[in-house]
Amino acid sequence: MIPGSFSYHRPASVADAVKLLSDLGEDARPLAGGHSLVPMMKLRLATPAHLVDLHGIAALKGIRRDGSNLVIGAMTTQHELLASGDVATTMPILHEAALLIADPQVRYRGTIGGNVANGDPGNDMPALMMTLGASYRLEGPGGTRDVAAADFYQGAYFTALEPGEILTSVSVPVPAAGHGYAYEKLKRKVGDYATAAAAVVLTMSGGKVATCSIGLTNVHETPLLAVDAAKAAIGTSLDAATLKKAAAAAEAIMAPAADARGPVEYRKHVGGIMVARALQRAAAVAK
Amino acid sequence: MAKTHVTMKVNGAEVEGLVEPRTLLVHFIRENLGMTGTHIGCETTHCGACTVDIDGMSVKSCTMFAVQAQGSDITTVEGMANADGTLSALQEGFRMMHGLQCGFCTPGMIVRAHRLLKENPAPSEQEIRMGISGNICRCTGYQNIVKAIQYASAKISGVEFREAAE
Amino acid sequence: MNDMTPTREQRSAALEGMGCKRKRVEDIRFTQGKGNYVDDVKLPGMLHGDFVRSPHPHARVKKIDDSEALKVPGVLAVITAETLKTVNLAWMPTLAGDVQMVLADGKVLFQNQEVAFVVATDRYAADDGINKVIVEYEPLPPLVDPFKSMDPDAPVLREDLAGKTSGAHGPRKHHNHIFEWTVGDKELTDAAFNKADVKIKEMIAYHRTHPSPLETCQCVCSFDKIKGELTIYGTFQAPHVIRTVVALIAKLPEQKIHVIAPDIGGGFGNKVGAYPGYICAAVASIVTGKPVKWVEDRIENLTATSFARDYHMTTEIAATKDGKVTGLRVHVLADHGAFDACADPSKWPAGFFNIVTGSYDFPTAHLAVDGVYTNKAPGGVAYRCSFRVTEAAYCIERAMDILAQKLNMDPAELRLKNFIKPEQFPYHSALGWEYDSGDYHTAMRKMMETTGYAALRKEQAEKREAFKRGETREIMGLGISFFTEIVGAGPSKNCDILGIAMFDSCEIRMHPTGAGIARMGTKSQGQGHETTWAQIIATEIGIPADNIMVEEGNTDTAPYGLGTYGSRSTPVAGAAIAMAARKIKAKAQMIAAYKLEVHEDDLEFDIDGFRVKGLPEKFMSMKDICWAAYNSVPPGMEPGLEAVSYYDPPNMTYPFGAYLCVMDIDVDTGVYKVRRFYALDDCGTRINPMIIEGQVHGGLTEAFAIAMGQEIRYDETGNVVTGSFMDFFMPTAVETPHWETDFTVTPSPHHPIGAKGVGESPNVGGVPAFSNAVNDAFSFLGSTHIQMPHDFWRNWKAAKDLGAVV
Repeated sequence: MIPGSFSYHRPASVADAVKLLSDLGEDARPLAGGHSLVPMMKLRLATPAHLVDLHGIAALKGIRRDGSNLVIGAMTTQHELLASGDVATTMPILHEAALLIADPQVRYRGTIGGNVANGDPGNDMPALMMTLGASYRLEGPGGTRDVAAADFYQGAYFTALEPGEILTSVSVPVPAAGHGYAYEKLKRKVGDYATAAAAVVLTMSGGKVATCSIGLTNVHETPLLAVDAAKAAIGTSLDAATLKKAAAAAEAIMAPAADARGPVEYRKHVGGIMVARALQRAAAVAK
Repeated sequence: MAKTHVTMKVNGAEVEGLVEPRTLLVHFIRENLGMTGTHIGCETTHCGACTVDIDGMSVKSCTMFAVQAQGSDITTVEGMANADGTLSALQEGFRMMHGLQCGFCTPGMIVRAHRLLKENPAPSEQEIRMGISGNICRCTGYQNIVKAIQYASAKISGVEFREAAE
Repeated sequence: MNDMTPTREQRSAALEGMGCKRKRVEDIRFTQGKGNYVDDVKLPGMLHGDFVRSPHPHARVKKIDDSEALKVPGVLAVITAETLKTVNLAWMPTLAGDVQMVLADGKVLFQNQEVAFVVATDRYAADDGINKVIVEYEPLPPLVDPFKSMDPDAPVLREDLAGKTSGAHGPRKHHNHIFEWTVGDKELTDAAFNKADVKIKEMIAYHRTHPSPLETCQCVCSFDKIKGELTIYGTFQAPHVIRTVVALIAKLPEQKIHVIAPDIGGGFGNKVGAYPGYICAAVASIVTGKPVKWVEDRIENLTATSFARDYHMTTEIAATKDGKVTGLRVHVLADHGAFDACADPSKWPAGFFNIVTGSYDFPTAHLAVDGVYTNKAPGGVAYRCSFRVTEAAYCIERAMDILAQKLNMDPAELRLKNFIKPEQFPYHSALGWEYDSGDYHTAMRKMMETTGYAALRKEQAEKREAFKRGETREIMGLGISFFTEIVGAGPSKNCDILGIAMFDSCEIRMHPTGAGIARMGTKSQGQGHETTWAQIIATEIGIPADNIMVEEGNTDTAPYGLGTYGSRSTPVAGAAIAMAARKIKAKAQMIAAYKLEVHEDDLEFDIDGFRVKGLPEKFMSMKDICWAAYNSVPPGMEPGLEAVSYYDPPNMTYPFGAYLCVMDIDVDTGVYKVRRFYALDDCGTRINPMIIEGQVHGGLTEAFAIAMGQEIRYDETGNVVTGSFMDFFMPTAVETPHWETDFTVTPSPHHPIGAKGVGESPNVGGVPAFSNAVNDAFSFLGSTHIQMPHDFWRNWKAAKDLGAVV
């Protein structure tokens, strides 16, 4: 399991990286944490002629507050996310989910940018970003643009990124104070992708769900926003019938593949259960 | 493919070498530097046998290119012993608590546990189990590895290690 | 005596002999990264070989084009079956009496089969080379389901066997049939079934899995053309057997083959057999004149070298209405994949599966095993198991639970009722074994008392009621396993490998200063032989274990032995060690008698030397005797102090144990939690309790993995779908339960130190405990048997099929 040969580039700025990627065209791939790309290269399922390593670009690192948003540089690692006090206090769901990604070693190298940008339906952050209403900053030869996470994913490994573009940061609106949250992920073991996972961010008012957003991981070729499930929850006190309804609404949009994690029917079924459990837990922590 | 010159610090010594861009760090360490304590178990980033410490991070060296380690400060299992050559608290803990059998995962386990204890000097059993969950051991069932790390944690803090009652 | 004179306890402790939790000698190097594993071996000019493998499970190989590969910088040669034919090595014999392709000869029979071997200057160039070899295939229909293998219209897999109506183990019934093996008295057994009050019948499957040690299979072969000598460094659990196999198939003089097994990163049965990689590396070295290394990657390991199990066991028990078993009938369909490459003793096509009567006094039993070919990888190795014993233990332990359920009897009570009684040992089983010793009732009761078994059953009954009332979605299972193993292969009267009796050996040389070196025919892969073997010698001859260096794995220096697998090291080599030590001791006694000027019979051994009976001050230490052995032996005696023993065991040993698993399962997701796992092992005399405990922890962890998800699964088109550590369940510290260990001691009466072996017990006993826990949890919903592995989705499916989930 040895990767094919490639040329290595380590630009020091986003502009240089963009230029390299657009000049080199389809034969070039950006390299972030490498924990998706390098194993693919070792299997020779990916054989880029050029790797553009983004580790040399200081501007892609760090977490900062920008008004009511938290802006996270694409090369910020999961480990750095976990270490961030800002993340832990303002959007604890990110902290909770980052802890469920892969294993400690992978989290030291794995980046939020890599996690959201490569379009792997098994990755956890994309559904979270959709749930939180985040947007991605894309910089390319044609300039800079912001794309909502909800509009970014088009198919498995197929995203809104245009040739030569890189994702440079994610901007996440800070959820309302006192919001409830939960990321329920069913997996077979540490290091596995989710059999199914659900992210819930909600607010409660007078014992009833006031606002609610639900995201789903690895139950479709893209991450999903379970809009109808969230609608079903809003205005209720999350009684048993509502939870059932929300789970059913979420299951209705799932289309997972059968794999070693289980048949389609099972993955949808537990996907619904993850939604119900996440709703309950989120409501319990809401203030 | 043209080779690239790399330099880095490994176990306190400056080293250099010529590598292809695709040369994996684990191969650079094992083949070019001849330090064979770092092992290869799965090649798919699951088993952690290849774990080394890079600039204060535990990293699976089978999933990183040597060129990416340019200028970094690396510690491998060969750099884990005390300065006087005696076994470190962790190495001693693994021996005293029977935390290893075939020894193949041990270098990765020790290097990983080293960083874990740096970040959390007194971890709970659950924190240890989570902390070493990127390392697979086929022999021990982990129970004695947990004890080995607890032993080291106690020794480093200067307290006497007492095994939890069964 | 002054105060400085050590007490007897201090003298004894200073030896660190048997029974001592001696810290391991090996750990000093392993904890510092100074182990020496095969991939650490680097020889001058060494090349690297890598395989082109088949993407198809069954296909004709039309053409292999290596022209582009040979243009890759660094690629030196591409070896194919045609190359191997020039040295008559395109096929190789298997340990089970079959033959196996080394490289695809005309067709491929399983996915990832070896097709060509690319030799290059390093592993990077070799990998580049394999990606440039173009192979043209003509796909053939794959045969995946063993139950369809003997259909009249099943595809012919083994064209090389056309017209052969019998194989190594008798007649073949079909072109995909390998052997039928029967044991026991069919008429008597059928009669017992005809009379039975109660009968159960169930097809109990033990799925295909893989030993998957953390270090894969690998070797370095170096052929010296001038001397005509071949040196092989390899991950070999049985180095001498490899040397003999190489001598036989490569027609090289055996004294010119040097096999060295350095440190091994776990074996678990994976490293017993001979694989195409070894042959190809050896041939490549002969062809190129350079050393050649072959290192398997993890996908290759999981998909090509040596699976385990794949036994489909239709099991019937006959019993009286009050729960006394009267007959056992088992038919096994054994899926061997493309070649029968089981690593069993040669005369045992299904290993020791006839231990399937387990711990119970079955008056009658009959067993038939049919081996068949399918388009899957070859193997059938003993994954931490003594030759199909884990299959047998799973079969009987599951079946006993099914019988208990049918009788509406507690499974513990049913077992207690049917155990072989202590006074029945040595016990002759209906399927032909002589059990050496056991006290099953004591072990079982100790387990039940320690775990509070009765209270757990009460809690379970309450939880079941709560579940029925809809108050909980969690169900609770208690999994009992009371296993009897058969290990220590084995007596020459019934055990051999390719005609070599399965003895083992030890050579001890004591040096003048009271130190020594001991060499054995075994090979540790993590069991800690360097530590424990010295402990046996320490106790036997009174020299501190620290003064004895243990060396294994070099066929030039070690006495011939059959290696380490099937828990045979302690029962066989452990005995050889004790016997060699006793020869040393006998000579030492003669020397001491001469030096102390008394008759030998007037001496008694006292911890670390000989003492004159009745004259406690007249004492000669073993250390001093060692010195005397080199300068003042009795007249007529040869100087020196060394001994060799080749030990042919009179019988197998029969370790046993009582395990209990307490498990909770969430029926909505199928997620389980092992709440508690208690393992009581009786392995006879205990050499190093610390190492025994470690072996039990490790074996239980492997059992947990196997029972709960670890599977080599093929889809219906013959693709392996679990070929990496993502999908092949390899638990981390987070998933692995906490283990409680306990023991009783029933020594083996025929073993010199009474030891029985323990390495495999926890795997053999653990799997049924986990599976019985799952099955027990679901039983009140109306199920009798749910097949392994019990991963989340299958648990959910069981709940759904039983109507517990809508």
